[in-house]
Amino acid sequence: MSGVLFQLVQFALVLALAPLLTGIVRKVKARLNGRIGASPLQPYRDLARLLRKQPVAAEGASPLFFASPLAAFVILWLAAGLVPSFTTDLALAGSADLIALVALLAAARFATALGGLDVGTAFGGIGASRDMMLAALAEPAMLMVIVTLALVAGSTSLLRIVGFVVGGGVGVEISMSLALIALLMVAIAENGRIPIDNPATHLELTMVHEAMVLEYSGRQLALIEGAQMLKLLLYLSLVGAVFAPWTIAFEDTPDALMVGLIGYAGKLALGAVGLGLFEVTIAKMRVFRATEFLGGALLLGLLAAIFRLIAETV
Amino acid sequence: MLALIVGALGALLALGVAGLAGARHASIGRSIYGVAATVSAGLAVLGASRLTSGAADETLILPIGLPWLGCHLRLDALSAFFLVVVHAPASAIGAFAAGYVTHEPAQPRILPAYPVFVAAMTAVLIADDAYAFLLAWELMSLASWVLVLAHHEESDTRSAAWLYLVIATLGTVCLMAALGVLAGGAGDYAFASLRGARPAPLAGALVALLALLGAGSKAGLMPLHAWLPPAHAAAPTPVSALMSGVMTKVALYGLVRILFDLAGPLPWGWGAAIAMVGGASAVLGLLYALLQTDIKRLLAYSTVENIGIAAIGIGLALGFRASGQSALAALALTAGLLHALNHALFKSLLFLGTGALAAATGTRDLERLGGLIGRMPALALAMLAGAAAIAGLPPFNGFVSEWLTFQAILASPPAAQASLRLGLPLLGVLLALAAALAAVCFVRAFGIAFLGRARSPQAAAAHAPEAALVWPPLALGAACLLLGLVPALGIALSDPVLRALGVPAFAGALVGPAIQLGDNGAGYNAIGLAVAAGLLGLLTVVALHRLSPLTERRGAPWDCGFPDADPATQYTGSSFSQPLRRVFGPLFAVRERVDMPAPLERRAAGFAVSLRDPLWIALYRPVARLVEMLAGRLNVVQFLTIRRYLSLTFGVLVLLMVLVVIGA
Repeated sequence: MSGVLFQLVQFALVLALAPLLTGIVRKVKARLNGRIGASPLQPYRDLARLLRKQPVAAEGASPLFFASPLAAFVILWLAAGLVPSFTTDLALAGSADLIALVALLAAARFATALGGLDVGTAFGGIGASRDMMLAALAEPAMLMVIVTLALVAGSTSLLRIVGFVVGGGVGVEISMSLALIALLMVAIAENGRIPIDNPATHLELTMVHEAMVLEYSGRQLALIEGAQMLKLLLYLSLVGAVFAPWTIAFEDTPDALMVGLIGYAGKLALGAVGLGLFEVTIAKMRVFRATEFLGGALLLGLLAAIFRLIAETV
Repeated sequence: MLALIVGALGALLALGVAGLAGARHASIGRSIYGVAATVSAGLAVLGASRLTSGAADETLILPIGLPWLGCHLRLDALSAFFLVVVHAPASAIGAFAAGYVTHEPAQPRILPAYPVFVAAMTAVLIADDAYAFLLAWELMSLASWVLVLAHHEESDTRSAAWLYLVIATLGTVCLMAALGVLAGGAGDYAFASLRGARPAPLAGALVALLALLGAGSKAGLMPLHAWLPPAHAAAPTPVSALMSGVMTKVALYGLVRILFDLAGPLPWGWGAAIAMVGGASAVLGLLYALLQTDIKRLLAYSTVENIGIAAIGIGLALGFRASGQSALAALALTAGLLHALNHALFKSLLFLGTGALAAATGTRDLERLGGLIGRMPALALAMLAGAAAIAGLPPFNGFVSEWLTFQAILASPPAAQASLRLGLPLLGVLLALAAALAAVCFVRAFGIAFLGRARSPQAAAAHAPEAALVWPPLALGAACLLLGLVPALGIALSDPVLRALGVPAFAGALVGPAIQLGDNGAGYNAIGLAVAAGLLGLLTVVALHRLSPLTERRGAPWDCGFPDADPATQYTGSSFSQPLRRVFGPLFAVRERVDMPAPLERRAAGFAVSLRDPLWIALYRPVARLVEMLAGRLNVVQFLTIRRYLSLTFGVLVLLMVLVVIGA
């Protein structure tokens, strides 16, 4: 029973925190750029503004144009709720392992890309095409991370992995560090962050994700922005849960839950600051340089798995 | 039950004869396809009930065929499973073909061969001796070859059919040799006695290689795939669906039958080799699929991919079984079998949908379609389901089998051979790349064909195809969703096969509707996720109603302020695949030619992309030329005098007698 309750709390929590997380990243970047920047709460105001506005859709837009942001938002919300954040006692935690989680992300991307193609403009096409290409290169790297984790913990289930790491099954290991770097690189690519894509760009030809959703306005755009924020939160939660799971509660005691919640907030804040720092220190790459970036992630993941296999065999 | 199947075979052959007579009348054609569809539905139900009831194997010996052998037939779990794989889609394809009669002018050439093709595939499944098996296999090849040739006026079709004939014949020769090596000198070709014979290691390796060449070429495994896309694309649509969705599964059946059942235990290396061939097929098949603009060719290349995924499961199962990991063998074999079933369903769906699309618009060239979702919403829904299923997205069935395949790869047992373990991550990368590329490929196929604005007058003027062409794909889409939401249904069908092949059952991994791999805690609960997503979606919709009450306004597209009314400004299929063409270009010998006029020169700029299958050039052309040359030389034999023929016959007789004497 508590599992259902915590699951509901987690769904509410990720939805509530996602805009704040994006707001903090923007604030950090602004401060490092020497600007004051908007308040971290600005994304909430933006979303509220978008919801109030009247949506304008292109004349030729089909029902799929309206369904796709909804589908992407709901799938990403669901997926974000599946990653253990403050407790492992989640009703749905056993329903999807890491591979199913990656497939849910793929489903959300599929829906968004179709939405981008729906109106039939050049920008929608270019964004959809490039976004899918980046995903096609990022997914094998993500799988290599999963392979390493599965080799280490003996399972693709997130609960098992979290339990294994907390239980001291993993020391400081070279394969885990390589996997962490690979996962971070995948997270950067999948979230359309610098150096792969620039979420704040105003130059159309350099946009990937923004080009794809160019036709959206009003509540559909709010859904898409919300989905992006949830995706960022999801990846940071994933990194936190797998590589720093020690604060997550394994028992339903108030103390453990409190530690879990505070620890989760801390991990997210740390992740947001780290991401902001990283983004201001490098420049965006040309689209086709992204191949090298993601190829590097794949290679690191492959190395991680092979080191692990060799370590076991020897 | 077996008698019923033989009766159904007779009925299908009779339908073929009726087709010869009645091909000129649309109504007769319609009823022939209708009856064929009904027979298929019956056979699918029969197979499913055999699997769920757990009835004993049945055998039957018909007094036809070789006099000392007869015709052995047998229905075991493996046959019954593939009976479902073949006939569940075949019933939908038959129903579609009935509606398609008026769109297909070549009926006199299709109608007689179609039921024979279906019958031959069924006969392959129940054959229980090498002679009957090969005869049925060859009949299947020839019937499908006749069907490919239905539009023989086009030269592309003729060359595709010629290549198909060459490869199919080579495949049958390989299978004949494989079964011959298994039978050895004993001369007893019944499968029961082949099963008992334990071939020597070298002979076993030869059998495995020949079976892989014979069945693999029919299934479209790399590098023997190059015949498949042109042949599958050239055939009339219902036949394409049968060949791509169904016949490739019969080839997989042949592979499983020989490698798992007849050949006895093989060393694990064969399993690893098959899995690697499967992985390479999966990735390369999709990379080619991505570059096609003819939807049927695209689908045919994606068949190469999916057969590759099924081969990964089958190969891993073989390897795990050989190294004593029977629980993992069960997981991998379930993955392979389910992927065969799933692919049969969604590939048939996509081919039928493409047929309906082509019937409505007159083209299947992606670059001439667009914006069809508004004019044919029901067909778009079916195709969207098929695209999501083949891209391996939850909650559809494609994801279930891909998930199981991933789990089989990741399980990586510590006891297994070190080289097998080191190969597994690589296999994982190939499968992940294939899954991701499949999503790109089908976003492109669906998005360019159904979304955006019409790219040609035909697409702009198209009307929705008639209901008879739309409901078979919709029904297949519902089946894909059902098998995706309740994987237990598919596993209930595949589990008896596992037991029959000496692998422990997999059903232990089921908890209610969900799959739960007991020993490592990984699980996938499609229903649970779907219900949760439904509730979250409902909540979102209600909240949006409250928070955002204004109704949409329609206006011109924004397009960064410069909307252009010309549909040619949209992204095309070729532009959509351009990034990946650049990234993976060297793999498929892409040539891009940009013809840019010099300043002040008054001519249009040009851009052309050409691609060739490098394997095609390296492998097929020499083979095709050799066959052609030999055929030319042998042609002389057709015009000899009777005296020469008699002396040739006498010479062969003497030669055989000498061989017998030496052998004795």
